This record gives sequence, structure tokens and C-alpha cells, in this order.
Amino acid sequence: MKVLVGLGSCGIAAGGKKVLESINNSVKENELNIAVEPTGCVGMCFYEPLVDVIDGDKKYTYGHVNAKIAKEIVESHLKNGQPLKEYIIYSNEEPDIYVVNQLKIALENCGQINPENIDEYTSVGGYEALKKVLTSMSQQDVIEQMKISGLRGRGGAGFPTWFKWDAALKSGGSEKYVVCNADEGDPGAFMDRSVCEGDPHKLLEGMIICGYAMGSNHGVIYCRAEYPLAIQRLNIAIEQARENNFLGNNILGSDFNFDITIKMGAGAFVCGEETALIESLEGKRGMPRLKPPFPAQSGYWRKPTNINNVETFANVAWIIYHGPEKFAAIGKGNSKGTKVFALSGKIKKGGLAEIPMGMTLREVIFGIGGGIKGDKKFKAVQLGGPSGGCLPENMLDTPVTYEDLGKTGAIVGSGGMVVMDETTCIVDVTKFFLEFTCEESCGKCTYCRVGTKRMLQILNKITEGNGVMEDLDELENLALSVKDASLCGLGQTAPNPVLTSLKYFRDEYVAHIMDKKCPSKKCTALLTYEINKEKCTGCTLCARKCPVQCIEGTVRKPHEIVQEKCIKCGNCFTTCKFNAVEIN
Amino acid sequence: MCNNCNSDEMINNFVDEEIDLSPLKPVIEKYGQVKGSLINILQATQDIYGYLPLRALNYVADNTPNKKSTIYGVATFYTQFRLKPIGKFLILQCQGTACHVNGSKEVSQAICEELKIKPGDTTTDGLFTIEDVNCLGCCSLAPVMMINGEAYGNLTPSEAVNIIRNLAKEADK
Ligand SMILES: Cc1cc2nc3c(=O)[nH]c(=O)nc-3n(C[C@H](O)[C@H](O)[C@H](O)COP(=O)(O)O)c2cc1C
Ligand code: FES
Repeated sequence: MKVLVGLGSCGIAAGGKKVLESINNSVKENELNIAVEPTGCVGMCFYEPLVDVIDGDKKYTYGHVNAKIAKEIVESHLKNGQPLKEYIIYSNEEPDIYVVNQLKIALENCGQINPENIDEYTSVGGYEALKKVLTSMSQQDVIEQMKISGLRGRGGAGFPTWFKWDAALKSGGSEKYVVCNADEGDPGAFMDRSVCEGDPHKLLEGMIICGYAMGSNHGVIYCRAEYPLAIQRLNIAIEQARENNFLGNNILGSDFNFDITIKMGAGAFVCGEETALIESLEGKRGMPRLKPPFPAQSGYWRKPTNINNVETFANVAWIIYHGPEKFAAIGKGNSKGTKVFALSGKIKKGGLAEIPMGMTLREVIFGIGGGIKGDKKFKAVQLGGPSGGCLPENMLDTPVTYEDLGKTGAIVGSGGMVVMDETTCIVDVTKFFLEFTCEESCGKCTYCRVGTKRMLQILNKITEGNGVMEDLDELENLALSVKDASLCGLGQTAPNPVLTSLKYFRDEYVAHIMDKKCPSKKCTALLTYEINKEKCTGCTLCARKCPVQCIEGTVRKPHEIVQEKCIKCGNCFTTCKFNAVEIN
Repeated sequence: MCNNCNSDEMINNFVDEEIDLSPLKPVIEKYGQVKGSLINILQATQDIYGYLPLRALNYVADNTPNKKSTIYGVATFYTQFRLKPIGKFLILQCQGTACHVNGSKEVSQAICEELKIKPGDTTTDGLFTIEDVNCLGCCSLAPVMMINGEAYGNLTPSEAVNIIRNLAKEADK
């Protein structure tokens, strides 16, 4: 028997460490001889903390475990062999549909193995692909296999991976670099974190194979500083890979040398853009460079450099090990293989879902994600974060491929999928994204620096109730100019949330402008707060919380809000314990 | 020297306090001559002092090939770097997309009201600093905050306030 406790960042945030402690204590108390191991995130974040009990070929998964339940699991299941049915969310005999509808390649080991133990990785076929490459394949062979597989970059743009590797191989010189982009800037995406925390060796193996194929001896992982656990586990993995000669000189007896270092980002979204990332690696302000020359010709320290995303690298070993044809058989059209999506927002089952490309949005959101929280009405799904767009209900049958999503104006992007319901205001969300890009614009080029600011001003004007219809045309014109004239991908894609929301949710803009109403009751300036006299008990709490003292009334008598003085901060609404404050 | 360097605005950005420079020496020894490591140096400096004190920055400028202007440029470009000291508890409030959609604004408002400070500031008793961040990678537990490296998920405004009150109580003991 063996026990696995999910200790990814999400598991820890949900209380996983206490669960592990409780299990360890009870196992000791009961003098059981059972291995208890930490593991990464299986992607079912909505059930965290998770505990797996593996008994021979049976596997039971417990969800929402706390210290008390953990103790019961030890005493009933581990000690007496009685699984606790009421807490089991699924077993390998009765799998959950969340699992059944997925196809795991990049995440195959996440949540299954102990990421801090290299032996567990090698016991599931880890580093076999590297052995195959080093003993039987030429550099061209590897690139040819990548070409057959049809793997495309998972970091956003979807550029064919083999092409970049080939360009880097063809660039002369002996000093070349493999860079892994683990900056994961899209707020709402966390699959790269999951791979780094849950299966770090898979990333390393992909990078080593890439190094071999393009003739590089140095790898660098640029990881965002907000992921301390990922950095820690990657460091452990690198150390272990060196001890086992998967990294270092004469790897596995070949004449190939390769080593990997980690550089920590310092919190700047633009550093996810590859040329800005290179500037940041060199210790400078992360301002993008003009392309061409492309990094494949002149990148890190002006040497040929290949940059790939974490998830891209995480597919490489699988492709070599299982054969590229098998990978290419999955997917639709020119979008091969699987893609991991991070489901979040107003969705029932938020977490990571790895799906074969070509599945429809509806299948992902309703089939895997279980639909909308609280059974409210679906309004939109946001794909690709600040570079992507919002799609409405009638586009839900769009297949998830680079081509199909591209046609809608949204993008596959890094795989963030934020679901919104009827209580989410699209204009507010669009404003949120522009605040983000405006803040994160590095300031180098004028269109991005000034253009995003101007668009944000217009959106502010609209959400404050001062918009006029001409604003919409100006917004659209500005968006198109910023898209055309910005230097890097940040500015070129920043208008996407504006353009898609204008295209699919124009009526919401119109409601804000013409009727001075926010249909989802989010834009506070357009709301009025009123106290329902029947429900008000006169507890005076709201009057005390009101920052401008605009709530009048005496104790135990219904209160009233003086509308002229109200600044619409919403404090009374959130503090009232009797739901007596109503929004109109 | 340009007028900007002596302007109040520029000077007010820094904190010029007496500090012990000796822990910085090994950092400079390790990274001082390695090209491209200014960010590593600043990260190590911030690990030591909790922020980037003016004297530490001057020391870095004097002992590495980096110009003062370059150091200032890098220190102000990245959100991770702080030029002001932080409190005992650093509260990182996630303002990412998933958290925004799930009500991070209300949570943030409640925290700010409880502590009577704005994001970026520190309480006068030096206990709490609030900062906004873009995503903590726990989006399916949104809204999320992280206090001294520990993440708290599925927050409501009142829960967040409770967590903070408990920390304050513990610190009082
Ligand atoms: C503003 C901006 C932010 C980006 N952020 C990321 C990121 O966080 N992670 C990532 O892998 N790629 C990001 N990219 C894409 C990278 O520039 C680059 O295309 C990618 O790392 C290449 O890897 P791939 O071919 O494996 O996708 C970003 C691009 C832009 C324009
Ligand atoms: S959006 Fe808040 S944790 Fe990701």
C-alpha cells in the first residue's frame, strides 16, 4: 500500500500540509509500514486537499480531506482495509468524468509520482527518451520527429516547434542556449506551475533533448518569482539529474554535455515575451528587442537561442518515447496533440484539464468543468488572458484548435480559460484587462504606452456613466491602431479583449452608455443602493461603516441612504447581515 | 548632474537608514563579476533587508560594474523590488483574472479597511504590508491571498479579515 498527498501550491493552500502531518502521525501511532509520499497537482484543484490510496492495482482518491478525515482514512482504510466510501470521490474502477474526458501527455505524471524523487520518474519510463536520442538518433532525426509530431508552441503563438529548433541548429557557432519560458504571466493560467512542481524531470528531459538537437550545452529556466515551490522542486530535480548523469559532461556515456541553471523573474508580465525575457536574463530592464533578428540567430548574449514554453518541453519526451505518429494522431487539422487548460472563474470544477485538441469549448466547460457554479447562466468564456478574448454562448461549439479559435478573435494562448456567468460585467472585465496591460506596458513604444492608456480612459468613462456612442468607434479605431503599430506581442494583442467584447457583447456597452445601466450590477457608479425598510432592523452597522456618513436613521428603526451624498462604495451592501441593502 | 537626481520626488523614493552592510559582501563576491546578474544581486539584497535600502544600492554600485542609473532603472522596473521596508506580515492580494471575477475587489477592500492602509503601504505598527499581485497560480481557489509565502484560498471579505486579526493577535502575544 502507498499513500499520496497532493502538495502542489493549490493543495498546500487548501490545507494539504496539515493532512500530510496527520497521516504521518496516525501511521506512526498505529505502527503501520506504509509509504506516505507528497505529490504534485493532479489538476482537480476543486477537490483539494486530495489523498490517494494505492492498494495493489486499486487506486482510491479522497477529496476535501482535512486532518480529522485523514486520521479516519488511516484507521479505517490503511489499517483495517475498509475504504471510507463517503469521502471517496473516485477510484480507478469508477472514474470521475473530470478524468475520463481528459487525455494526459504533458501532465501524465503530475499527481502520480513524488516529484522530489528521480527514481519515481525513471520507474515510469523517465529519461528513456533521452537514452534513445543519445544512443540512436542524429540531431536531424530528432528534429524530423518533432516535425512529424506536429507539435506547436504552447506558450501562446503556436509556432511549430521543429522549425525553431531547426533554425537554431542551422545558426552557426558553438555557444548556443536553450531557454525555458516559465514566466507564466497570464493571470488565470497555472499549468506551467503544475509541471514544474509536479513533474520537473519531464521539463528537464525535454530541454536536454532540445539541447542535443540544436547543438547547445547550456539551458536556462526563467521562472517567475511568485512560484517559490516550483523553483525549489526544479532545483532538487536538477541536482538529482546531475547525480545520475542526465545533466553534466558526457551524458550517459555520450560525448554530449549539457547543464541547466535557473533564473528567477522579478515580476513583470512583459518578460514572458521572448526578447524581453532575454533582456531580463541578462540582468536588464525587460524591454523587448526589435525582431528580426530572431532569438534563433541572436538571443541570449546575442548567441543563437531557442525559447520554448514549459508545456511545449513537457511534450517532447513523450513524443520521442511513444513515437511522433502517435502524437500526430491526436487532435484536429494542424493542431496536434493535447493542450492543458486552466479552468477557473465561475466554474463548478476549477482545475487543470488536458484535452485532445479539437474538443469543443462546450465539452470542456460543461463536460469536464461541470458547468457554472450555483447553476447560474453562462455568459462568456475568456481565453488567452490579456492577449485573448471573450466568447459568448453561441460560440461554445467552436473546436479548441489554433485555427478555429483564431478565427473568432480569441486565441488558444497559454491556456487560461476563465468562465463568467450572468453576474460578470463584460465591460468591467475588459477594463480589468486594460488596467493590466496598461500597468504592464514597458513604455518603450508609443502605441502601446499611450494607446492602452487612452483605451482605458474611454472604458473608465463608460463604466462611470459618462460614455457617449461615439466612444465606441474611437475605442475600436484605437484598438486597431495599437494592434498594428506596437513593437511587441504585448501591445499587438492588448486590444484583443476590447475588440472581441465589442464584437460579441456590444449591447452591454450600449446599456452602459444609453441607459446608464450595468446589466450585471458590477459597475458601482451606475448603481443605486437602497435600504429595504421591511428587512432593515436598525442595527446601525451600515451607518457606522459608511465612509461619508450618508446613512440616516435611529437605532432599531429602518435606515435610509441619502442618495445625493452616496459615493457608491458598496460598504453597506457587504456589511448588512440582513440583506436589507438592495442594488438597483 | 541633472536636476532630477536631487529632486524631492527622487529622494523620497528611497529610505536612507543605517544598515549593516556585511551580509552583502558574500553576495557581491558570488555575483559581482558575473555578467548579467544584477537582478540576482538585487533579489539577494532584498532577501537580506526585506527591501532595497539606499545604502545597499550605493554599495552595489560602488562594488560592481553597474551604474547607479542602471540599478535604479532595474529596481523600479520590476514589481518584486521595493524601495521601502515592509511589515512583519506581507499580504499579497491576488488581482488576477480568476480572482477578479470571483470578487477579489471586495476582499481587498475589506482588508484595506481593516488595516486602514492602501495596497503598497505598511501599517504604522510595522505589522502588515499589503501588495497587489497578478496571479498566485491557485486560480481555482480564487479569490486568493498569500501571507508570508502561505496561500489562503476561497476567501470571503470576512474570512480574510479574520485571518488578519488572528495574525495580529498572535503577534501580540
Ligand atoms: C506579452 C507577452 C507575454 C508572454 N508571456 C508568456 C509566458 O508567460 N509564458 C510563455 O511560455 N510564453 C509567453 N509568451 C510567448 C513567448 O513570447 C514565446 O512565444 C514562447 O515562450 C515561445 O515558446 P513556444 O513556442 O513553446 O510557445 C508571451 C508573449 C507575449 C507577447
Ligand atoms: S488569478 Fe488569482 S491566483 Fe490566479
